[in-house]
Amino acid sequence: MTQLLKIRGLKIEGRSDEIWMPIVNGIDLDLNKGEVLGLIGESGAGKSTVGLAAMGFTRDGCRISAGSVAFDGVDLVSAPAAVKRAMLGRRIAYVAQSAAASFNPAHRIIDQHTEGPTQHHVMDRAQSQRDAMDLYAKLRLPNPEEIGFRYPHQVSGGQLQRAMTAMAMSCRPDLIVFDEPTTALDVTTQIEVLASIRDIVEQFGTAAIYITHDLAVVAQMADRIKVLLKGDEVEEADTRTMLSAPTQEYTRSLWAVRSFQRPAKPAIPVAAVPSVRVRGISASYGKISVLHDVSFDIHAGRTLAVVGESGSGKSTVARCITGLLPPSDGSIEFDGVSLPADYRRRTKDQLRQAQMIYQMADTALNPRKTIGEIIGRPVEFYGGIRGARKRARVEALLNEIELEPKQYIDRLPSELSGGQKQRVGIARALAAEPKFIICDEVTSALDQLVAEGILKLLARLQDDLGLTYMFITHDLATVRAIADEVVVMKDGRVVEQGGKAGMFQPPHHPYTDLLLSSVPEMDPDWLTRLLAERGNDTIGDGATDKM
Amino acid sequence: MIVLTGLAATIAGLLLAAWVFRFFGRMSGRPAFRDMGMTSAFGWMLAVFLLFWAVRLYFFVDGAVFFRWAVQGFILFAVMAFLFRLLGRYLGTAATKRLFRAMPLTASFGILTILLYAVVAIFAGSIAPHGQEEIFARVNILPGGNPEFGGDPAFPLGTDQIGRDLLSRLIFGAQNTVGIAFATTLLAFLLGGTLGFLAATLGGWLDQLLSRMVDVLMAIPSLIFALLLMTIASAWAGSEQGLLTLYMIFIIALIDSTRVYRLARAVGGNIVVMDYIEAAKLRGEGMGYLIFREILPNAMAPLLAEFGLRFCFVFLTIASLSFLGVGIQPPLADWGTMVRDLSQFINFAAFSPLTAALPLMAAGAIALLTVAVSFTVDWMLHRSSGLKE
Repeated sequence: MTQLLKIRGLKIEGRSDEIWMPIVNGIDLDLNKGEVLGLIGESGAGKSTVGLAAMGFTRDGCRISAGSVAFDGVDLVSAPAAVKRAMLGRRIAYVAQSAAASFNPAHRIIDQHTEGPTQHHVMDRAQSQRDAMDLYAKLRLPNPEEIGFRYPHQVSGGQLQRAMTAMAMSCRPDLIVFDEPTTALDVTTQIEVLASIRDIVEQFGTAAIYITHDLAVVAQMADRIKVLLKGDEVEEADTRTMLSAPTQEYTRSLWAVRSFQRPAKPAIPVAAVPSVRVRGISASYGKISVLHDVSFDIHAGRTLAVVGESGSGKSTVARCITGLLPPSDGSIEFDGVSLPADYRRRTKDQLRQAQMIYQMADTALNPRKTIGEIIGRPVEFYGGIRGARKRARVEALLNEIELEPKQYIDRLPSELSGGQKQRVGIARALAAEPKFIICDEVTSALDQLVAEGILKLLARLQDDLGLTYMFITHDLATVRAIADEVVVMKDGRVVEQGGKAGMFQPPHHPYTDLLLSSVPEMDPDWLTRLLAERGNDTIGDGATDKM
Repeated sequence: MIVLTGLAATIAGLLLAAWVFRFFGRMSGRPAFRDMGMTSAFGWMLAVFLLFWAVRLYFFVDGAVFFRWAVQGFILFAVMAFLFRLLGRYLGTAATKRLFRAMPLTASFGILTILLYAVVAIFAGSIAPHGQEEIFARVNILPGGNPEFGGDPAFPLGTDQIGRDLLSRLIFGAQNTVGIAFATTLLAFLLGGTLGFLAATLGGWLDQLLSRMVDVLMAIPSLIFALLLMTIASAWAGSEQGLLTLYMIFIIALIDSTRVYRLARAVGGNIVVMDYIEAAKLRGEGMGYLIFREILPNAMAPLLAEFGLRFCFVFLTIASLSFLGVGIQPPLADWGTMVRDLSQFINFAAFSPLTAALPLMAAGAIALLTVAVSFTVDWMLHRSSGLKE
C-alpha cells in the first residue's frame, strides 16, 4: 500500500476576540490509498477542522499555525493557490454534512455535478453527464437517468446526500472527506446512504476520511478509527481492535454511552385516569391533512415515546396537544378534563401545566436575554414571584439542572454549550411547575455523551417531581433508554402502540421492524449482515425514500 | 482624441508597471506576490499613480484650492478621529474601552462628528456669536476673516446677501435641521416599527391591510408626495410658522414610516417563527410583552442601522424641501435654505474660490453629517452581524 496523505504536527488556531486560540494541537495522521479512516469525537473536538485541513483548507477565522499536510508528496499548507486549485475537486473531494445547504438551490443537480469534471478537463460536459447517470445508478438513486435534472429541493435529503457523494466522485478523486454525511438523516434513510457510500468507495478504491460522532456508523465504514478530544488525539487503532479493546478511559466512556437504561416501572393500575388523553385527533395544514385519528393515553409519572421518521406527524401531535395547531377533529383531555383546542382560549393554569422542551436549544432561548431572565420569566408570570425570592427560585432551578447558579445566571445563551442550553430549556419548563412536559427531539442535536447526561437528568427529574413526559424522537436508542410506553407513527397514523418491553420483542408491525433493524449497531459486520438479510434489492429502490 | 490616446497610454504604462512590479516581487520570494493576479498588481500600480497625481495637485497646481481644502479637512478629521479613539481607549469603563479597542477609524470619525454636531446643536444659543435673525450693515462679506480678500474678522465665515452672520446661521441651522430631522426619524420609527411588528406577530387580515396601505403610500414618489402634502399643509397653517414645521415633521414621518414598517415586518417575521416566541405564546404572554420584550431586543441591530440611514434621508428630505421653499421657513436658519439662498455664488468659483465657498459651507455641513452617520451605522451593522455568528 502506498501512502496518500501524511499529516504531521498539525496545529490550527481560531480567532476569537482578537486572540488566536488553539483548536487543534499537533495531530499526526496517515492514510493509505483505498483506506477509510474514521475520525470521531464530540463537537468541538476539532474533527471537522482536521478533515478540512486534510484538503489544505481552513474555515474563515482559522489558520494552520504549524505542521504539514502532505498529499501525495505535495505539502498543501505551503502550496501556491494554483497548485491547490488543480488538486481540489480533482484529486481531493469533500462531502458536507448538510447536502441541502451545500447544493446551490438555483441550479439543477447534474449541472452542479458536471462543473468539476469540465473545470478540471477530466471529461467534457456530455461525457460527464453520462458518467453522472452512471454514478447515480451505482449509488442506487431512483431514476438515475432523470433525477439529475431536478433541482435540489425536488429530491429528498437522503437522495441529495447520495447525489453529493456522486458529485464528489465525479473526477474519481484519490481522497474524499466525508463530514458527518448521515447525521441529519433518519435511520431508515441513513442505511441507504451508508451502504451506497461504502460500495462506491470500495468499487473505486478511493481513500476516505469519515468524520462522525456516531460510533455505530463509523464501525460500519472505517478500516481504522482515530478518536479526538479537544484538539488532541486520544487513540488510534484498527476498527475491530478499537471496538473490542479500547485502551483509553475516554474512548471507553464513549463506547458505554448507549448502556443507559431506566428500570421498568410498575404496571399502570387498571382504574387510573390517564394524565393526558389524546382522543382520535386529526389535523391538517391548510388542505394537506397530516394526522389521521391519532389516539393514545399517557399516565401520570410515566414516559410515552412517540417514534417515527421525519414527516410521520409526530411533531404535529405535539403542536395539537399544546394548542398551536387546533385539531380538526377529536379532543385532548388533561386529568379527565377536555382542553380548549386553541391555546389562546386556555386558562393560564392550563397553559402552565403542559410545558415544552424544544429540539434546537439555539432557537428556543431568546439570544438577548440572560439565563436568569429566561428562567425567571415563568416564575414571575405564573407565580407572581419577584425580586429576591424570584432569584432564589431561579438559583434553585439552576441547581436542579446541575448548573452552578453564580456562574451561569447572568450569562447569555450564546455563552453556553449545546448541552447547557438544553438544560436551561428544561429549567424554563420546570419553572412553570408543570405536570406534563413534551420533549421534542431534545437530544437529537447533541453529542451522545451530552445527550446521555440530558436523558439522565430528565429521568431523575421525573422520579423527584413525578413528571409525565411525552418524548418525541426518531432515535430508538433514546426510546430504549427512557420510555415506558411507545407509539410508532407513520404518515400521520399510529401503526403500533404498547409497552416498551413488547415493542422491542417480535412480532411487530413491518414498519416498526424496519425502524428497529435500521438502528446501527456497534458490530462492524452489522451493515453487511443487514443488507444480506434484507436482500440488496430492497435497499435504495425508493421504498422508504419520500419525495 | 488626445484624451483617449492619453488614457490608453496611461493604462498601458500601468499594466507594464504592474507586470514589472509583480515580476520583481516574485523574485524576492514573498508569498504575497506568488498568488497575486495581474488585476491586483494593476490595482496597486493605479493606487500609486493616483497618489502621485494627488501630491502633484496639492503642492504644485495653484487653482486646486478646493482640493487642498478637502485634503486638509480629511487629514484634520483623521487626526481628530485617531486622538478621539486613543482617548476612548484609556478613559471610561471597561466596556467602553473594549468598544473603542475594536473600533475602526471611520467609526471613530463618525461618532466624534455626531457628538460635535450634537454639542453645537444643543448649545447653539451660547456658542453662536450672533443671533440667527440678526441683520448687520455689511452684506456679502467673504469667508476667511482676512480683510485683504474681502473678509472681516468680526464675521469669520462672512455674511449673506442681507447681512446675516453665516457662522451663527450655520450653528443655529444645526439646531433646526438636525433637531427636526431627529424628531421626525424617531416618530417614523415609533409608528412604522410598532405597526410592522404587530403585522408580523398577528399576521392575517391586519397584516394584509397595513401592508397594502403601505404599498400605496410607497408607490408615490416620496419627494413629490411630500411637496404636495406640504403645499396643503401650508394652506392650513396659514402664517403660523411653528405649526407648519410641526406638519412637516408629521408628513415626513408618515412617508418614512412606510420604509420602517417594511423593515420591521421583515425582521419581525424572521423572529416570530423562533421557538422562543412560540414558548412565550404558549406561556400566555400578551402582545405587548411579545413585541417589546421578546422581538424588539432581537431586532435592535438592523433597526438601529436603519435609524441611521433613515436619519440621513429625512435630513436630506428636509434640506430638499427647504431648498424648494416649503420646508423650514425663514427667518429660521436651515442648511437647505442656506444652500438655496447662496447658490448663485457657485458661478464665481473660477474667479474667486472664496465666494464660491459661501453655499458650500452649508452643503458641506450636510454632507459631513451624512457621511458620519453612514460610517457609524456601517460599523454598528458590522458589529451586530459579527455578534450573530
